[in-house]
Amino acid sequence: MNLTLKIWRQKDTKSKGKFVTYKMPDVSPEMSFLEMLDALNHKLIGSGDDPVAFEHDCREGICGSCGMYINGHPHGPVPAVTTCLLSMRHFSDGDTITVEPWRAKPFPVIKDLIVDRSAMDQIQIAGGFISVNTGAAPEANSILVPKKNSEEAFDSAVCIGCGACVAACKNASAMLFVSARISQYALLPQGKVEARERVRAMVAKMDELGFGNCSNTGACEAECPKQIRLVNIARLNREYYKAY
Amino acid sequence: MAVQIEKTMNMEKLDAKIPDGPLALKWTNYKASVKLVNPANKRKIDVIVVGTGVAGAAASSALGELGYNVKTFSYHDSPRRAHAVASQGGVNAAKNYQNDGDSVYRLFIDMIKGGDYRSREANVYRAAEVSNQVIDHFTALGVPFARDYGGTLNTRSFGGVQVSRTFYAKGQTGQQCLLASYASLNRQIKNGTVVMYPRREMLDLVVIDGRARGIIARNMITGEIERHSAHAVVLATGGYGTIFYLSTLAVNSNATAAWKAYKKGAYFANPSFVQIHPTSIPQMNEFQAKLTLMSESLRNDGRIWVPKEKGDKRPPNEIPENERDYYLERRYPAFGNLVPRDIASRAAKERCDAGYGVGPTGLAVYLDFRDSIGKQGKKAIEGKYGNLFEMYRTITGTDPYTEPMKIYPAGHYTMGGLWVDYELMTTIPGLYAIGEANFSDHGANRLGASSLMQIAADGYFILPVTINNYLSDQIRVARIPTDAPEFDEAERSVKERLERLVSIRGKQSATTFHKRLGLIMWNHCGMSRNEKGLLKALSLVKDLREEFWKDLRVPGSLYDLNQELEKASRIADFLELADLLILDALNRKESCGAHFREEYQTAEGEALRNDAEYTFVSAWEYAGEGKPHILHREELKFMEVEMKVRSYK
Ligand SMILES: Cc1cc2nc3c(=O)[nH]c(=O)nc-3n(C[C@H](O)[C@H](O)[C@H](O)COP(=O)(O)OP(=O)(O)OC[C@H]3O[C@@H](n4cnc5c(N)ncnc54)[C@H](O)[C@@H]3O)c2cc1C
Ligand code: SF4
Ligand code: FES
Repeated sequence: MNLTLKIWRQKDTKSKGKFVTYKMPDVSPEMSFLEMLDALNHKLIGSGDDPVAFEHDCREGICGSCGMYINGHPHGPVPAVTTCLLSMRHFSDGDTITVEPWRAKPFPVIKDLIVDRSAMDQIQIAGGFISVNTGAAPEANSILVPKKNSEEAFDSAVCIGCGACVAACKNASAMLFVSARISQYALLPQGKVEARERVRAMVAKMDELGFGNCSNTGACEAECPKQIRLVNIARLNREYYKAY
Repeated sequence: MAVQIEKTMNMEKLDAKIPDGPLALKWTNYKASVKLVNPANKRKIDVIVVGTGVAGAAASSALGELGYNVKTFSYHDSPRRAHAVASQGGVNAAKNYQNDGDSVYRLFIDMIKGGDYRSREANVYRAAEVSNQVIDHFTALGVPFARDYGGTLNTRSFGGVQVSRTFYAKGQTGQQCLLASYASLNRQIKNGTVVMYPRREMLDLVVIDGRARGIIARNMITGEIERHSAHAVVLATGGYGTIFYLSTLAVNSNATAAWKAYKKGAYFANPSFVQIHPTSIPQMNEFQAKLTLMSESLRNDGRIWVPKEKGDKRPPNEIPENERDYYLERRYPAFGNLVPRDIASRAAKERCDAGYGVGPTGLAVYLDFRDSIGKQGKKAIEGKYGNLFEMYRTITGTDPYTEPMKIYPAGHYTMGGLWVDYELMTTIPGLYAIGEANFSDHGANRLGASSLMQIAADGYFILPVTINNYLSDQIRVARIPTDAPEFDEAERSVKERLERLVSIRGKQSATTFHKRLGLIMWNHCGMSRNEKGLLKALSLVKDLREEFWKDLRVPGSLYDLNQELEKASRIADFLELADLLILDALNRKESCGAHFREEYQTAEGEALRNDAEYTFVSAWEYAGEGKPHILHREELKFMEVEMKVRSYK
């Protein structure tokens, strides 16, 4: 198929960016979205132009590196799929596709489609851990965890830290991302001991770094490639009230 | 063409520093006698860790907990993105929770046998021994492992063994283990014991007076070349399986750190021992950037088959039972679909080469869940492999619940790596290699779910003990200044090389060269090898390397975010490392584990080891630009196990 791409190009954080239009012929429906961008870059390099910078690594939806708005949707139009796993099958001949980096105050653009998401690490550093030193752990089966709780904790723990929830939110709130970690630990006995300090520290850091408030519109849940649910935010709120 | 391998067999023996005493007590004895560093002195000592996979994140946090000043580097924007995040199926431990006869000893034997008797007994035993602590620690860190109804931990089986010892978190075990290690790393960052340097790529090792003293790193946003010093350097930089271009690894994985260490004097062990994983989604288009793995755990419930008739083009569901060849079950009745990876991969290749392959290219076999869905129900299968099935459907557009998966082998893991002794130290004093970056525990073939086990063991439990032995001698050494001439020289050569890469201004992109290299390696130094092909590969790689340095195009500049430059620099190293893989494969005139030399096979097509001549680790030494690589041998002594012909029949 033949596509028209409108891609955000920006040299660096300080420069002003703009959309540039590229014609992309012969796109195979078997390609992934990123492979299609690889093919574009191959052409750009061939003609002496600067290729489009975008972040990626695992290319299987697990590392959280990739992410961009595709026609206004973080990770594109298909639910529960990261950009790297988005198949070109979902587009049609003649389509125009707009591609932009995450837009959110805490995520400054570094170049083209790459943004700085280190603020998400900062929140995890503030409290997203269980304080147990190497060597201090009890025998693994000495603490029983109901299967259901463990599975629920897993469902929260699969967040890949891509930032799509922040990008989807009109307030640039990181609540879904933070609530995923808080929930994982809240559901496990191992995480209970520090529950209070953890939720306080992580929420305080989130506010400090300029992430906005949650106004319950649910855009984050709709765009999250790992289907992290809004119930996590409800749990985060409960944990937060308990902590004060 | 003459192949130059300088053999210095009788030079001083490579000393692996294996502690005395009975196998089962070696680690205990070592720990009891290792030199320690007191807490006040630890604060004066700097350690650089490169890499934040499970190995690097674990080592950084454990060293931080001990009180060392740790500086941790990664080319990712966040430590959480390291390739270990993609491990799928599980992590092994000898807990024997199933009461099925497992023990540390049995895990040890399985790994030795799985590795086809080309690994070091003492290291393997220690890995098995520490495995139980790994599970305890991950559980305490909040890894939501699968559990049984009573709340205890659950396990499943992996290839090459007859017990159920693999702990798992659906098909995302690596993600959960990495995020736990990331969390423990974050805790140390908060405590101030670890300083994290993300988006930095190590481009050289700095050696001063024979000791590893620092690194040269490129800031990948500004392009600035930085100097970082320390009393010791730990490489946790992962494997080099992306030398094949298409592989199951994260696409940015590369060999640069290990290769630079090699060129500075660290020996490289068994470079040709590369694992080709039997079950990945086959290539679908020419721009494909990677091959997606379908976890080995699927072979618990999936049956592998091809049509009995050559070139049978019927859809799989229309091929009746008696016209299907379940070739693994046929050839290996004892282990069936759960034979080790090398065997399963070669068997798939054998069927496809013989014309029985399926799919548009004929380079695929079926992995079929019909029978287990029939027996256990769709829900049970979904519970075990839900996310893998989903991923398969997303990528291929077909539904594995109703139609068998198509799979084919792909480059996956490198057993080879930097040579290390029992203490995980390379041949450069003060330089350590942990995780997939070293060679130590998997011999000629790694068993499934034993990498997560080894990388966590190395990072959390082994290195933080052994490194004290070296650092205890360093307490009087002041902070290492970064203005030493060795730093000047390393920085100068890094800059010069990068400048050369951007100034070639040829016509072909870095990726073009990578693809071509990958194809050469896959065809001649992949699943099966022979002398003629290897010699051909050597000359093809040489030509490609020359072409690379004449016709490469890297747009943009050095002092900018420049992904093409990053790629080019990594591929330049792959083009050198390729030689060493080929040489090693040429030199090892036997078949063992994943290394299959067609000249050395049994009448039934199984690998034929030559224990009399090849029971050793090949440890290669860099002799300088243009000089032949030097081969050293570490003789392997099997005191505990009897060397047998590996049989899974
Ligand atoms: C698809 C897949 C599934 C797998 N499933 C399993 C499984 O179920 N069980 C199992 O046991 N094993 C599995 N493995 C194997 C396992 O994932 C790897 O062996 C493991 O990830 C290696 O971890 P590591 O910590 O050694 O290094 P990696 O995770 O590879 O991390 C390397 C780190 O080094 C950094 N780095 C590298 N070079 C440089 C440099 N020059 N400068 C700065 N930083 C650098 C990177 O940024 C990264 O942080 C799987 C592998 C694949 C490909
Ligand atoms: S919650 Fe979802 S969208 Fe947000 S970072 Fe995690 S995976 Fe991405
Ligand atoms: S590249 Fe890893 S999630 Fe997309």
